[in-house]
Amino acid sequence: MLTQMIIRKLFNLRNANKRNNLKLSQRCFSSHLPELTKNRYSVKRGNYAVLTEDHKQFFIDLLGSTRVITNPDECLSYNVDWIKNVRGYSTCILKPKTTEEVSNILAFCNDNRIAVCPQGGNTGLVGGSVPVFDEVVLSTSLMNKIYSINDTSGVLVCQSGCILENIDNALEEHGLMAPLDLGAKGSCHIGGNVSTNAGGLRLLRYGNLHGSVLGLEVVKADGEVIDLLSTLKKDNTGFHLKHLFIGSEGTLGIVTKVALQCPPKPRAVNLAFLGLQSFEHILRTLKRAKQELAEILSSCEMIDASTLDVCTDNLKLKSPLSQYPFYMLIETHGSNNEHDQEKLNKFLEDAIAEEYILDGTTTNEINKMKHIWDLRERITEGYTKDGYVFKYDVSLPIEKFYSIVPAMREKLANEDTVRISGYGHLGDGNIHFQVSAREFSQQLLKKIEPYVYEYTSDLRGSISAEHGIGFRKPKYIHYSKSSGSIKIMKQLKTMFDPYGILNPYKVLP
Amino acid sequence: MARVLVGVKRVIDYAVKIRVKPDKTGVVTDGVKHSMNPFDEIAVEEAVRLKEKKLASEIIAITCGPAQSQEALRTALAMGVDKGIHVEVSGPEYETLQPIHVSKILAKIAQNEKIDLIILGKQAIDDDSNQTAQMTSGFLDWSLATFASKIEKGEKDVTVTRDIDGGHEVVTLKLPAIVSADLRLNEPRYATLPNIMKAKKKPIQKLSPKDLGVDTTPRIKIISVEDPPTRQAGQIVPDVDTLIAKLKEKGHC
Ligand SMILES: Cc1cc2nc3c(=O)[nH]c(=O)nc-3n(C[C@H](O)[C@H](O)[C@H](O)COP(=O)(O)OP(=O)(O)OC[C@H]3O[C@@H](n4cnc5c(N)ncnc54)[C@H](O)[C@@H]3O)c2cc1C
Repeated sequence: MLTQMIIRKLFNLRNANKRNNLKLSQRCFSSHLPELTKNRYSVKRGNYAVLTEDHKQFFIDLLGSTRVITNPDECLSYNVDWIKNVRGYSTCILKPKTTEEVSNILAFCNDNRIAVCPQGGNTGLVGGSVPVFDEVVLSTSLMNKIYSINDTSGVLVCQSGCILENIDNALEEHGLMAPLDLGAKGSCHIGGNVSTNAGGLRLLRYGNLHGSVLGLEVVKADGEVIDLLSTLKKDNTGFHLKHLFIGSEGTLGIVTKVALQCPPKPRAVNLAFLGLQSFEHILRTLKRAKQELAEILSSCEMIDASTLDVCTDNLKLKSPLSQYPFYMLIETHGSNNEHDQEKLNKFLEDAIAEEYILDGTTTNEINKMKHIWDLRERITEGYTKDGYVFKYDVSLPIEKFYSIVPAMREKLANEDTVRISGYGHLGDGNIHFQVSAREFSQQLLKKIEPYVYEYTSDLRGSISAEHGIGFRKPKYIHYSKSSGSIKIMKQLKTMFDPYGILNPYKVLP
Repeated sequence: MARVLVGVKRVIDYAVKIRVKPDKTGVVTDGVKHSMNPFDEIAVEEAVRLKEKKLASEIIAITCGPAQSQEALRTALAMGVDKGIHVEVSGPEYETLQPIHVSKILAKIAQNEKIDLIILGKQAIDDDSNQTAQMTSGFLDWSLATFASKIEKGEKDVTVTRDIDGGHEVVTLKLPAIVSADLRLNEPRYATLPNIMKAKKKPIQKLSPKDLGVDTTPRIKIISVEDPPTRQAGQIVPDVDTLIAKLKEKGHC
């Protein structure tokens, strides 16, 4: 038993563990700081108050000096986003622990016209989680209490600053699991997930947060606490307000508590990693997987060869297969391993016999599955080592899912880029597509945008499938939303936050 | 070219949290994820590499245990082992199966199969005995190198680098010999689909300890299995001075 523990450590060491990496790289700000957002992009500071000593004193009186961070070095990591695309210069980070404190902070900021940037785990990929100028950062990192987990109903109630992985570990003790899973789970907060309506790796099976969030507690810009914290599966009384806050990226209110519907942790998990010749073959395999794995299919992801290189070259991870133009991960969740394995093996044997797939490996050993998942989950991290990443997250009709990559390669053929590639949630029609370059360049940016958005819009896709609009995309929102719907969004914003203190410069044009 | 025997044991997956049975007779295994003992996987990988280098002619994997143990054999076959032997031991007999019995079984099979080299995991991560390689060597009177981090096979001998405290020891053994594998020996491969499919057609021979003339009467009695003591919760102190004061108070400095 003891060796069991020691070996776990050793094996983890050997595979230079991932979660730690994620946390570390987030905190490790070396020479490569992005230029200040206000200089790189042409944005004008809103007419908000400039923070005074008196303001700061109010926060210190409210939270105590240890929960008000003003030291510039310590402020830095709250000012730069995870993929180092944007940088603000806030000099005040607030760390409330309770809803009441959040309410007091917002009421004060609202009265004094102080702009506020809500921040969870700061893993957002569209520049929404860091200040653009000097907004006060309201970090939920100390709002990390889990209040209850109900074994029978599967309902978890917690504060919004709980880290997703901690929630998942707590649920495991009850035979449950979190309804979403993503590469950032070691750092992202459930409040951040709710606010971005994060999708993740198993949306295909477990649906999105509009389905699994049962209730929320939210604080409005003026400090009023709105109790929407239902734990009921069914509740058709009036308008379904919680949905407004799911995916509104901190622009309508601050999420303080979350009630989540959590599925049972599957007893049987199997994972296959496959090598394929072409995107055609991927489509055929997807279709077959849906038909033949049906109710046990829990994830279906794809990675192209150039993307896998960021894991093998930049992060030195090992791929279990030799090289192929495309790769797929197919995962099953079920209750009976014999049944699942038989189904999966039959599916794979047929696929190999009919030459849909060229090679592959399958496993249900926990650690082997983790290593294979690393090849998918650590892509975002691996990409950052290329230099600057222009990152896009679009939904496209499934037949056209991959077409954007060759189109972009053609368009940028003469530009100085490191890599143009795509991977993503194939089962959901959501591709993560990126161009990396050694450093940021306006010229390159102009070649990519708005071209990608036009391309997506022409195919009636979405210019942001799951990462949101944040700071990077407000001016492109019209590619996916009609002017009528943008108008209503603006009206709602004015109603919830008349002075626009919550996450300004984000989401709405 | 050598004929190689590897032992594979099905154990609770090392990533699973272990729970002790309430009556303290052992740990909960029902409904718990099992996998091949990681050290055995390393042994299998090493044998397969020898075969790929044309230094081994045939690899046989053996497992002792209930029906489910065949999973470990199938994994080994998919990694490149040629043939499996399943010595079926189940129920209470398996619960009290001990290294001495397994060693006798291994020794017998090594003789029957005219084995030149046995590679075993240095220990199984469930009972942590670290005895099987040693005892097998005793029964066969073959030379033994434990804790191998490197194996180089010659014509009539095998040179093994051993992980020892503070360094390495290099020993050369005459064949036939036994080597036990340590963590650093290699990184096991993933079985690929074509090989998993091929493995289904590879033979698994079923035997019982009786067929091999091995008596499995237990020699050791387990009195009680208990959780390690839980660590006491830490305490957060506001500053260094308080820390030093506390440490002094408890006589630590
Ligand atoms: C490695 C990696 C993998 C990822 N994988 C996926 C994926 O598979 N699917 C996916 O959808 N996304 C993915 N993302 C991006 C995703 O949006 C975030 O990881 C996550 O949902 C954000 O949570 P966070 O706590 O880090 O929020 P932050 O980044 O801190 O904030 C995100 C937005 O929400 C707002 N916000 C945060 N907390 C609150 C709150 N309590 N109340 C109101 N507003 C708030 C912020 O102002 C900001 O606009 C990934 C990111 C990384 C780095």
